[in-house]
Amino acid sequence: MQVKSCEESNMCFMRKWIGGIGRFYIDGFHNMTIGRTLWAIILVKLFVMFCIIRAFFMPDFLETVSSDKDDYVSGELINRAHEPADI
Amino acid sequence: MIDAIDVSMVDWSRAQFALTAICHWLFVPLTLGLAVIIGVMETMYYRTGNEFWKNTVKFWMKIFGINFAIGVATGIILEFEFGTNWSNYSWFVGDIFGAPLAIEGILAFFMESTFVAVMFFGWDKVSKGFHLASTWLTGLGATISAWWILVANAWMQNPVGMEFNPATARSEMVDFMAVATSPTAVCKFFHTVLSSWIVAAVFVVGVSCWYLLKKRHREFAVASIKTGAWVGLAGALIAAWTGDGSAFQVAQQQPMKLAAMEGYYEGEEGAGLVAFGILNPEKKTAADGVEPFLLRIEIPKMLSLLAERDADAFVPGISDLQEGGYVQKDGTVALSVEQKMERGKAAIRAFSDYRTAYKSGDEERMKIASSELRENMPYFGYGYINDAEELVPCVPLTFYMFRVMVILGGYFLLFFAVVLFFVYRKDLTAVRWMQWIGIGTVPLGIIASQAGWVVAECGRQPWAIQDMLPVGAAVSKLDVGSVQTTFFIFVVMFVVMLAAELGIMYKSIVKGPEV
Repeated sequence: MQVKSCEESNMCFMRKWIGGIGRFYIDGFHNMTIGRTLWAIILVKLFVMFCIIRAFFMPDFLETVSSDKDDYVSGELINRAHEPADI
Repeated sequence: MIDAIDVSMVDWSRAQFALTAICHWLFVPLTLGLAVIIGVMETMYYRTGNEFWKNTVKFWMKIFGINFAIGVATGIILEFEFGTNWSNYSWFVGDIFGAPLAIEGILAFFMESTFVAVMFFGWDKVSKGFHLASTWLTGLGATISAWWILVANAWMQNPVGMEFNPATARSEMVDFMAVATSPTAVCKFFHTVLSSWIVAAVFVVGVSCWYLLKKRHREFAVASIKTGAWVGLAGALIAAWTGDGSAFQVAQQQPMKLAAMEGYYEGEEGAGLVAFGILNPEKKTAADGVEPFLLRIEIPKMLSLLAERDADAFVPGISDLQEGGYVQKDGTVALSVEQKMERGKAAIRAFSDYRTAYKSGDEERMKIASSELRENMPYFGYGYINDAEELVPCVPLTFYMFRVMVILGGYFLLFFAVVLFFVYRKDLTAVRWMQWIGIGTVPLGIIASQAGWVVAECGRQPWAIQDMLPVGAAVSKLDVGSVQTTFFIFVVMFVVMLAAELGIMYKSIVKGPEV
């Protein structure tokens, strides 16, 4: 029985392919100069946006006021037509 | 002294959204336009094999990367604001807004993020052809991304392809293609994307002129100016055409916005376009009898021609739109605001009846209420209006911003033509005054682009969704203080981001290309 070498098997090809992509990114990041500063800015920005602003200042309003969202919004849309000054 | 400021919840929420959108839009046009210019430059490298073009591309790619990295994800803050400040609106629009944004997020984001990596890391690792394709696909991904965002925005200006479901209080998409390819969306997309090419082109030309002034990198600067100016000229020419299409759509779908853009109160046949005008600040309402202009120079019949494609057509003014009674293009008589308000109140009453019947399971009442709601739904938003004056946007802001955009658009056409004349027929490297003009033009690109958005968004007030939902009904019932807090947090955040962008970009420009 002939045993397929690693080079011939699909699994090995996939491994090489994924490894190649991984090396592509790792080398790319290694060789960055200004890019490192930019990545730092991106990460700080995403942290501020999602972990501070989203979490503490800008929640999903409907989640906080009612479990029955369509009922809440319907009530708002109906009532505001009568009492616009309260908005 | 925030507490002493007498502004409403709606105004603060609008101010916050405007601040975020304006800051977001500082980054986007440069990304969209630079991607095209870089693509053209890299195509030159691919065709000629000249390393000079490769180095030129690498420099502008670095600038693109700085802008892309600092601007990336700023649009997500707008989505936070939809959920927090505009929750009624977010619920009301339902999947119509969700679907385009989801497509944008999945398709365009992954396309952009995949190919942008090849674009930056792939030099000498992939073939020239694959790298070139990646560069163009990055730009295409960003442009497709813009398409879906603009589809969502266009739907707010012209809500088509939807039906309101009173059981869920949400709009449901019934015709995806009508939403995705509405004339408003198509015109808006091309006009916005092409204006982005102009913004990037004046940036490239301006930065290159700076090198010429400093007598550095002359060959690089001239090559960049040629590429930028050609892209800019093409963008400016086509943007003029798509601008006409956009204005035509405004005339059809949002006649009040058109009237505000022109400071146009009394409609007439063969209406003229204001070429130059100074508005009378004493003019407050359509019915106050005050002359709307202190000075007006108009092009006869041009407004009728542009708005209706007929030089003698009737174009309704603000008074006509408030009072109704004129014959529309389809032969029907226009309703007055009073009549629309009645229909709107009938729609909301029917919606209320439906909800009561829905809760009690009364099928018969639901059917009757649903029928009445469907009949009056096109005027749903008028049910929240108390006075016809509420439907008039800020005329001076809309009027002047429209002229800022149009005048600058004309200026860019001239600017790119003159730059190309000097660069091909004269020696631009020796014409210092033209180099100064090139540098001075850089901020004008951003100003024109922002002015266009001010016209589009302020000109459609008070509507969050045209005729369907005014901002007063769309906003969440939040504490004003919380919106003020986040407003100032965003001010600080955007100032820091802009300072970082300008600082890093300035250092990179001073360092210059490696050619």
